[in-house]
Amino acid sequence: MDMTSENAELSAIVERYRDAEGGLLPALRDIQNTFGHISDAAKRQCAEVFNLSRAEVHGVASFYHDFRDQPTGKPVIRLCRAEACQARGGEALAAEAENMASGRVMIEPVYCLGLCSVGPNAMVGEQVHARLGKSDIARLIDEAAA
Amino acid sequence: MSRVICISDDALAIACGADRVAEAFAEAAPDAEIRRVSSWGMHWLEPLVEVDGIGFGPVTTDDVAAILDGSSEKRIGKVTEHPWIARQQRLTFARAGQTRPLDLGDYEDTGGWAGLKRARDMTPQAVLDEVKASGLRGRGGAGFPAGIKWQTVADAASTRKYIVCNADEGDSGTFADRMLMEGDPYCLIEGMAIAGHAVGAMQGYIYLRSEYPHAMAKLNAAIEASAHIVAPFQLEVRMGAGAYVCGEETSLLNSLEGKRGEVRAKPPLPAIEGLFGKPTVVNNVLTLAAIPWIMAHGGAAYADYGMGRSRGTMPIQIAGNVKHGGLYETAFGVTLGELVSDIGGGTDSGGTLRAVQVGGPLGAYFPPTLFDTPFDYESFAAKDGLIGHGGVVVFDDSVDMWAQARFAMEFCAHESCGKCTPCRIGSVRGMETLDRMRGGGRAGSDSVEALPQIRNTSGGVREASAELELITDLCDLMQSGSLCALGGFTPYPVMSAIRHFPEDFGIAEAAE
Ligand SMILES: Cc1cc2nc3c(=O)[nH]c(=O)nc-3n(C[C@H](O)[C@H](O)[C@H](O)COP(=O)(O)O)c2cc1C
Ligand code: SF4
Ligand code: FES
Repeated sequence: MDMTSENAELSAIVERYRDAEGGLLPALRDIQNTFGHISDAAKRQCAEVFNLSRAEVHGVASFYHDFRDQPTGKPVIRLCRAEACQARGGEALAAEAENMASGRVMIEPVYCLGLCSVGPNAMVGEQVHARLGKSDIARLIDEAAA
Repeated sequence: MSRVICISDDALAIACGADRVAEAFAEAAPDAEIRRVSSWGMHWLEPLVEVDGIGFGPVTTDDVAAILDGSSEKRIGKVTEHPWIARQQRLTFARAGQTRPLDLGDYEDTGGWAGLKRARDMTPQAVLDEVKASGLRGRGGAGFPAGIKWQTVADAASTRKYIVCNADEGDSGTFADRMLMEGDPYCLIEGMAIAGHAVGAMQGYIYLRSEYPHAMAKLNAAIEASAHIVAPFQLEVRMGAGAYVCGEETSLLNSLEGKRGEVRAKPPLPAIEGLFGKPTVVNNVLTLAAIPWIMAHGGAAYADYGMGRSRGTMPIQIAGNVKHGGLYETAFGVTLGELVSDIGGGTDSGGTLRAVQVGGPLGAYFPPTLFDTPFDYESFAAKDGLIGHGGVVVFDDSVDMWAQARFAMEFCAHESCGKCTPCRIGSVRGMETLDRMRGGGRAGSDSVEALPQIRNTSGGVREASAELELITDLCDLMQSGSLCALGGFTPYPVMSAIRHFPEDFGIAEAAE
């Protein structure tokens, strides 16, 4: 995307939520999903439209784990690290995944995907994967990196 | 008649390969009707395939031919007669496995909207009385009586009120909210519309965690399809942004308002000053989804189930290292041992069952010696535990209970909203203390203690037993000095692990 169409898209998102009750959070969500991060320019735009200070917008954006300041620059696999997956060998798998990814893919922790009886589990984009063994996670990493 | 093949489209079934299996059946049996239904909740059998009522599982694409010609060894017989299903008392999950989640016809054919119709023929006060008579308590964790909360909102004078559904389901080991929203979304919508009628609210919000995109899609589609039925009540789904603490009701309200998800001090109660300062019902998904049954069958019928002050049924979630994991709805009173050993079938790994965590990341660890504890709010509280949202996570003997205690502190540090010191700082100090305990204590003062300004520490060498005193004291402080249950309940998993499994902490016995 070039700069002007990026700006236009940003404005369109923020405008969509201008009059919604509590519109800042869904606006930030859309910005994160569209651009992969929430830039300073985006925060400035939100501040203006929602009549907040930039510090307030930054305060909200930085509170939530889903929102990033910077793009990750690589694909992300979210691997569940919570208790029920720990009980099914999730921690050992996480260590292996980190090794296998070797910087190609970001292995990010997530705390429960609601699939706790069939772990270890992972999420790539909106796809969920269960009963992961070493070869499964290797495949997910290769697919994501490709 | 052509064969009817039912395969779930629940996220868990899909994660286990249900979409691929459904495609393979569509190809191999072009005349059959493939129905994507909700999940029965027998997760070890997913993807579960039902051909004219006969179940097979867990199915892979390699099994398709054998299932169709009747020779498959994965046959489990009639699903409705499977002991794991037949022993349950399914009220909230009565439709599980049997209806297409977004099919309005299926919903109506199975008694859908009967509760709402009856409620709308009654005065709001009569509905409130029915909910009170049911004895229904909040299924999100705190167990507050739903009818009393609703009455407070109904009595509050305001032109605008809200029904907020807490669908943040952050507790690890829990998935009943997700299964209900994906599998029977109209049931939740009906419950919220009844709540709206009872308290005089026109607008509802469902605050959904971002880890549940499948539920998001189902809810949005269901809200659109049923808008004409629940009107003038209106509903909207709002997605969270990955913060465990936003499951706490006041943090959730701040988040819905577009703010940082910091916890608010109570009072004022959300029932009086909630969303945007207006009277607000905040209820868990399961609480609201129990309402249609209660309104259709009467509060007294619901209260017939259960024990003591825990009335009705609880959708219990059996998870972790367990052979037969899944959703098990039953009246309160079943014992923990029945749940994990008889029903759950013991560990999946075949190792010895060593510990069970009940109630999510803030719940206590139970050793097998406490397996006679009945599943209800008061009995668990009496054993220094909680049932929370009904998650039961099983561990075998490979578990390191020290690591679990440390994880509890780490999780608290990671998710703390930062508002109060015992939680924000205490959780970090807790990790450090546990680390030293693991090392057998410490060898001497650290560099800060050695500073001339520091005069109030004992300094010097510390044995593991002295570290135990410190962590016990810290947990006391967190418990009594935290604003909400994140800081306040993190001591449950920590201290229960120390008390019941002292050998993992390098100490002989825990102080009481
Ligand atoms: C840290 C924390 C997390 C919570 N997470 C949830 C949650 O994910 N879902 C939920 O329904 N309640 C959660 N609760 C409980 C809510 O604060 C509140 O009690 C509940 O939504 C009220 O609904 P109920 O009465 O129907 O249970 C949480 C509480 C705390 C302190
Ligand atoms: S206990 Fe923790 S999460 Fe709860 S209000 Fe205090 S700092 Fe926030
Ligand atoms: S604990 Fe991993 S999916 Fe719930």
